[in-house]
Amino acid sequence: MTTQTVPADVVAELDDLTVRFPTPAGLVRAVDGVSLRVRRGETLGLVGESGSGKSTTGLALLRLVDPTSGRVRVTGQDVTQWSRRRLRGLRRRVAMVFQDPHASLDPRRTVAASIAEPLVVHRLTGAGAARRRRVEELLDMVGLRHDLADRHPHELSGGQRQRVGIARALAGEPDLIVLDEPIASLDLSVQAQIMNLLRGLQRELGLTYLFIAHDLAAVEHMSDRVAVMYLGRIVETGTPAQIWQTPAHPYTAALLSAIPVPDPQVERHRRRIILTGDIPSPVDPPAGCRFRTRCPQARPDCARTDPTLVEVGPGHRAACLYAGDAVREMLADASR
Amino acid sequence: MSDCPVLDIKGLTVTLGTRRGPARAVAGVDWSVRAGQTLALVGESGSGKSMSVLAATGLAPRSARVTGRVHLLGTELTGLPEDRRRRMRGRHVGFVFQDPTTSLNPVLTVGRQVSEAAEEHLGMTRRAARARAVELLDLVGIPSAARRIDSYPHQFSGGMRQRVVIAMALACEPDLLIADEPTTALDVTTQAQIVELVADLQRRLGTAVVWITHDLGVVAGTADEVAVMYGGRIVEQGPVDAVFAHPSHPYTSALLAARPDPAAGGADLITIRGAPPSPLDLPAGCAFWPRCPVRADARCEHEVPPLVPVSAGHHVRTFYRHQRPTGEDG
Amino acid sequence: MSGSEEKTSRRALSALRHDPLAVTGSLVLLLLVVVGVGGAWLAPSGVNEVDVDRMLQPPSWSHPFGTDELGRDVLSRVLVATRVSLQVGVVSVGIALVAGVTLGLLAGYYRGWLDNLLMRCMDVLFAFPVLLLAVAIVAVLGPGLLTAMIAIGVVYTPIFARVTRSGVLSVREQVFVRAAVSIGASDLRIMRRHVLPNVAAPLIVQTSLSLAFAILSEAALSFLGLGVQPPAPAWGRMLYDGRGFVTEAWWLGVFPGTAIFLTVLAFNLVGDALRDVLDPRQLTIGEARRNAG
Repeated sequence: MTTQTVPADVVAELDDLTVRFPTPAGLVRAVDGVSLRVRRGETLGLVGESGSGKSTTGLALLRLVDPTSGRVRVTGQDVTQWSRRRLRGLRRRVAMVFQDPHASLDPRRTVAASIAEPLVVHRLTGAGAARRRRVEELLDMVGLRHDLADRHPHELSGGQRQRVGIARALAGEPDLIVLDEPIASLDLSVQAQIMNLLRGLQRELGLTYLFIAHDLAAVEHMSDRVAVMYLGRIVETGTPAQIWQTPAHPYTAALLSAIPVPDPQVERHRRRIILTGDIPSPVDPPAGCRFRTRCPQARPDCARTDPTLVEVGPGHRAACLYAGDAVREMLADASR
Repeated sequence: MSDCPVLDIKGLTVTLGTRRGPARAVAGVDWSVRAGQTLALVGESGSGKSMSVLAATGLAPRSARVTGRVHLLGTELTGLPEDRRRRMRGRHVGFVFQDPTTSLNPVLTVGRQVSEAAEEHLGMTRRAARARAVELLDLVGIPSAARRIDSYPHQFSGGMRQRVVIAMALACEPDLLIADEPTTALDVTTQAQIVELVADLQRRLGTAVVWITHDLGVVAGTADEVAVMYGGRIVEQGPVDAVFAHPSHPYTSALLAARPDPAAGGADLITIRGAPPSPLDLPAGCAFWPRCPVRADARCEHEVPPLVPVSAGHHVRTFYRHQRPTGEDG
Repeated sequence: MSGSEEKTSRRALSALRHDPLAVTGSLVLLLLVVVGVGGAWLAPSGVNEVDVDRMLQPPSWSHPFGTDELGRDVLSRVLVATRVSLQVGVVSVGIALVAGVTLGLLAGYYRGWLDNLLMRCMDVLFAFPVLLLAVAIVAVLGPGLLTAMIAIGVVYTPIFARVTRSGVLSVREQVFVRAAVSIGASDLRIMRRHVLPNVAAPLIVQTSLSLAFAILSEAALSFLGLGVQPPAPAWGRMLYDGRGFVTEAWWLGVFPGTAIFLTVLAFNLVGDALRDVLDPRQLTIGEARRNAG
């Protein structure tokens, strides 16, 4: 796959990326051999629980973390070895929206100053009236009134703050926007507004998103393709429909099964696949398949062989020695 | 014990003193929960769902003025002196809060924290309490509890910590368990474990549970009764099946529509505009009117709508119930 | 946007005006500045008018603060000394602030070897007794007011460096700093626009405290003959000189001591009020935090 030439519509690409952090407990393998491609105009959903490495993967696309090995390419250019100075230019082309809109805005700066920051840093508009016009244009795009421009973040609601975060990400007209849990800390009724806003902006402006979330239903709703991560690895990729209807990896199936459905009739008769235990430490991941310590279908050779992503359907791949079969047996067991 | 509710709240109002003046966090809330039953309080931030429970059990902040009647196991709580109220609470009510990390004291072993409650409220000796702690940790599914009893909270994962908190809450065999967003800080697979655990404990111990959450999926899976709160008031209340099958308040419908449904395909979500109001600047009249998709006239902006029956035990706070077809419009 | 910055400072000022302690502190400071500028004109007699017939006179109508062991008018000396004391405070703390904040910002932002190097230097500086350091500096520069100010400034630099560094360490971990990095902002811009304004509050408090201590340090240095040279008046110097007469002439110590006390108190009152007011979250009083959910 790495020998193929990169198609022109690939905006960003990770090639066998590993990221390791030294900690007092040992070397954390946050990301351990992740390859993915984001194509222009699409939303790639990255879903996983805490410790899965999904956020680190997103940060790697802006080179906000240093890869231990592997390659990071943005619009065809290999940025893995770029200097700090060159990276500043990269960060106009890849923008980021953070989880907590309260924490991600400087409390001492006004909304206008926050939104204008990419314009100032990259000298995209003149100062004064031109910049102000652009800020107002961005406020319009995200559905905020112009009079909010001179407010401070604490005077805004959570949803408004996240709109400011999105406006700031749009300011530099980036090729890719990394959305790291953009709705997780918002109220339910506001989450829906932000999801609609993001989809609307994508339709209008042809934006490309990497949508990172722990919420599989939201990822399914937002994405054209989905990658499921577990303990630093991608364990399954496919279309939302494939992931949702015919999950091939036991972890995906368990994740789906754990999501509560807002229908008491369904919930009452539902047999969940309850995983035992917790996600193992990324300092010392299990040998062989990383999921085997919690997998209801683990077999002896799962401890010996580290499964790679294999095709289980058109565009649908899973990293499981018994992809498909294991899930069928799990579901059969659960309903027994 | 049989017929009387474990906790019964009538006309509960909580006014918080803030620097910007009084904020009415809860405005006349009635609910009750019976042994073995689960009541889910649903709402977004500022809805008063947590505050109503804290105030009812005497845990409201000092600046709060609480009125209304609260009966715990038939005893009127509001009139009691503080120390008797605290004893009642300690003996009969267990609490599980959102963040298991801050609910545990980092410098005490988990065994000590669990046994402390048993010692204090059940008058157990240290040794008996320790044995009880092992039993409880075992009950909440902590593997090799006898060995892990001398571990410290930081040696546990988030899910395991929440199990320890539940063990602490159960230490004095409470009649009522109050679970305030107990799974919000946890991963979804861990959430499933905790939901299952509480349901299992409830079946075995017959505890009444008040489950405070914003997640309607969790409500559907755990609750017998549900009360939806908005701006300090209950806007819809009833048996969980009735409320989910016939959501009758536009806000309840909006909450149900706000979650993406994988079966619905790629259409945009149906949303309501704006954000939930802060108790400091609640709109006059019906608190929901500025966001309401079905608002009919100026009356909504001046008068608080009454709670009217929809079906047996199912009530909704609206003026226009009769003008809207039942089902999932709005 | 400069328009909104202006609005912030105007709102800060109006908030200050509603704090009675801040108003009191500001009035005292204003008075001190007036006296500092016009002390020589306000003084009823010359600061060095020696009158051997009127040595150690208690306060009276003609000498409201009494006279000293050389018969000089204490009131006049206290008034004239205001300028020197304020000057020492402002200049020495100014030196410490600029040097300390720069070093602390660099150390806290870049961490690593630079942090180690700078902060170990600060530790060494901090370990020296004030006077020993001052003596060393005097040996190089020669005695006098300027030397005293530089010495005090150097002595206080490590404190500002430490306060700044610890603030920077926590602010640089905030998501909004990472957001600024993600936008492509330069280090200099991030330090100036995002980090520094958010560590300002403890620095303002430290500045007000240090102004007070700097004035006291000047006293110690002057006493050793390393600071203000006699017969020029300075509060600290007068306080120390009066020490020998505590029992027979209390006024020699009490009046310059009160002047120091009032100045220190005024700086502290204003410093506290500024810290509260400069936090944007405090500007709209009683933020509608949704803590009632």
